[in-house]
Amino acid sequence: MRARPPTFDKFRDVQAELERTGAAIFRDTDGVESLVIKFPYQINYIHSYAEDSPFFLGLAEGKLKGSKCRRVKCGFVFATPRSHCMVCGSPTEWFDLPLTGRLHSWTTCHFGSEAFLKETPYNLALVEFAGVGSVLLARLKDCVESDLYVGMPVEARFDPNPKYSITDVWFVPSG
Amino acid sequence: MVTGGVTKFAKAHPSMDFRLMVKRAYDYALKDIPELTADRIDGTRISYFSDHFTRQLKAASMVQDYLGMNPKGSIRLEWGGATGGECFQAAYEAVASGRMDICLAAGFETMSRVATWKGNEFIALASDTNFDFPLGGFYTGYYALMVVRHIYEYLRLGKFADVKDEREAQRLAIEEGCRVMSLVSVKNHLNALHNPYAQYPKRLTVEDVLNSEMISYPLTREQICTMSDGAAVAVMCSEERAKEFTDRPIRVIGVGTGTDTMRLADRPFGKVPLMPHERARDYENLPYPGVHSFRAGRAAGLEAYRHAGITNPNRDLDFIELHDAYASSEIQTYEDLGLCKYGEGYAFTERGDPFLKGIDYGFPVPNAGAIPVNPSGGLIACGHPVGATGLMQGVFAFWQLQGTIAKHFGDPALQLKNPKRGAIHSHAGTGSAVTVSILERGFR
Ligand SMILES: [Zn+2]
Repeated sequence: MRARPPTFDKFRDVQAELERTGAAIFRDTDGVESLVIKFPYQINYIHSYAEDSPFFLGLAEGKLKGSKCRRVKCGFVFATPRSHCMVCGSPTEWFDLPLTGRLHSWTTCHFGSEAFLKETPYNLALVEFAGVGSVLLARLKDCVESDLYVGMPVEARFDPNPKYSITDVWFVPSG
Repeated sequence: MVTGGVTKFAKAHPSMDFRLMVKRAYDYALKDIPELTADRIDGTRISYFSDHFTRQLKAASMVQDYLGMNPKGSIRLEWGGATGGECFQAAYEAVASGRMDICLAAGFETMSRVATWKGNEFIALASDTNFDFPLGGFYTGYYALMVVRHIYEYLRLGKFADVKDEREAQRLAIEEGCRVMSLVSVKNHLNALHNPYAQYPKRLTVEDVLNSEMISYPLTREQICTMSDGAAVAVMCSEERAKEFTDRPIRVIGVGTGTDTMRLADRPFGKVPLMPHERARDYENLPYPGVHSFRAGRAAGLEAYRHAGITNPNRDLDFIELHDAYASSEIQTYEDLGLCKYGEGYAFTERGDPFLKGIDYGFPVPNAGAIPVNPSGGLIACGHPVGATGLMQGVFAFWQLQGTIAKHFGDPALQLKNPKRGAIHSHAGTGSAVTVSILERGFR
């Protein structure tokens, strides 16, 4: 057992030492020394999709389910699950969205949060559907940055081995 | 508001935990008005964004404890990126309601405790974890989606409306949009050269910004704020008390907040809530807000302006410290706050209205000084320790209105001449929550 972990002037070196041994001392420009340790944290949540469950079950069957306000005078149509209408507060009903749409907006991510760095670069798309009052965020595959433009026709693809995640659906250029 | 303090924002402050950072900012604030002693403070409002970063729930209790404020009353505030702005308003409300005579607002964040891309993950947990997060968990991606549409609405369908080939038109529009966004980035980094509290002061050219690493198309590294460690405090008190402590008090004359859907995808396509100087016919064919504009920012601005009696922000405000987490969102916010009409943000930037007079930006800024935006350098150059950021803006605005920038910055370059009124603007996740507060000089 060491009485004292090694000391570093660069925080980068401290981080590397934490990966190796779990403890290091950082000495700042004023000579102040701080003991830094590795402090792991991991947890599995018991996560229910609750009222949005039919949407995720739908993806597993190759269906995109939107929400339509049941109140006749409102009838707002959402491209995302909302079990109550955002406009009037009435309950909604599920309906099948078309599997084709157009790019409302797009981007290519060259970075992502840690869990997704290995997937870069990847495209994100906001997809609009004819007759629907809001859009849907999804991955866009089989195309590169220079192919993309607002208004581009796209169609949905589904994971044959569903993970029960929003990533079970993605879009590709139509045709 | 009678005093404030800010720690220098840094990538990491391993030799100070969050309690000591707040204490340093607090001591600075109290030193500025020696008549104010800790025993006279009635209570606190404390803000930090993420328990994930602190890995310490109820960290606000530890700040209260460290400052020796127990058993006085306190409330912890959290509202994503707008956390600091919310804390500022909560302290204002504690005093305005008569509940307290003197209230301390304190905010902090310690983001260096995880690696940068893990930090991005924590931040992205402030987007819908069922529908948005699993796609990449990346806020820069969300803001890129928004600016691509902003460019489409206002440049493709504006300046480049006559270009026949759709893809060519969009390419030209994005190129133009990026160039103008880079002007904002150059401005904020350059202003910060005169701000000793800033994390990333530097002289950049438009080319430097455009050629920096692509993070999420079309946003490059230099157009995006970074993660920081830092703390800031502000002290608010009633008008009678204020006179005891300073002959240069600053009045909070208007507060506003606004909200929008958590998911970008759910934003409606409706009508623009109009500012007094706008007409419905200005926006006949504009679906609003869609994903191109921040309806929450417009709502917060409208409420704050109404409260403060502001009918024309360009005339009635002398400067704005706004939430430029991205160069794109600074331009979008010019429009939300009515500094120009929707669609005019790029031209407004290029004319130079939000630039400071007397600073050489390396390109012409004919209207410089019209309404300086982020004279301090904003989030892009100062850093963004979330729970402290909105309070930092409050402190910079306070010093600006007091005319004490030279004293606190040790450099007079950023001091505006005789400013009477300024606004601060704090913004949370894709514009899901925004606060705007108006400050006014409370002395002759
Ligand atoms: Zn409805």
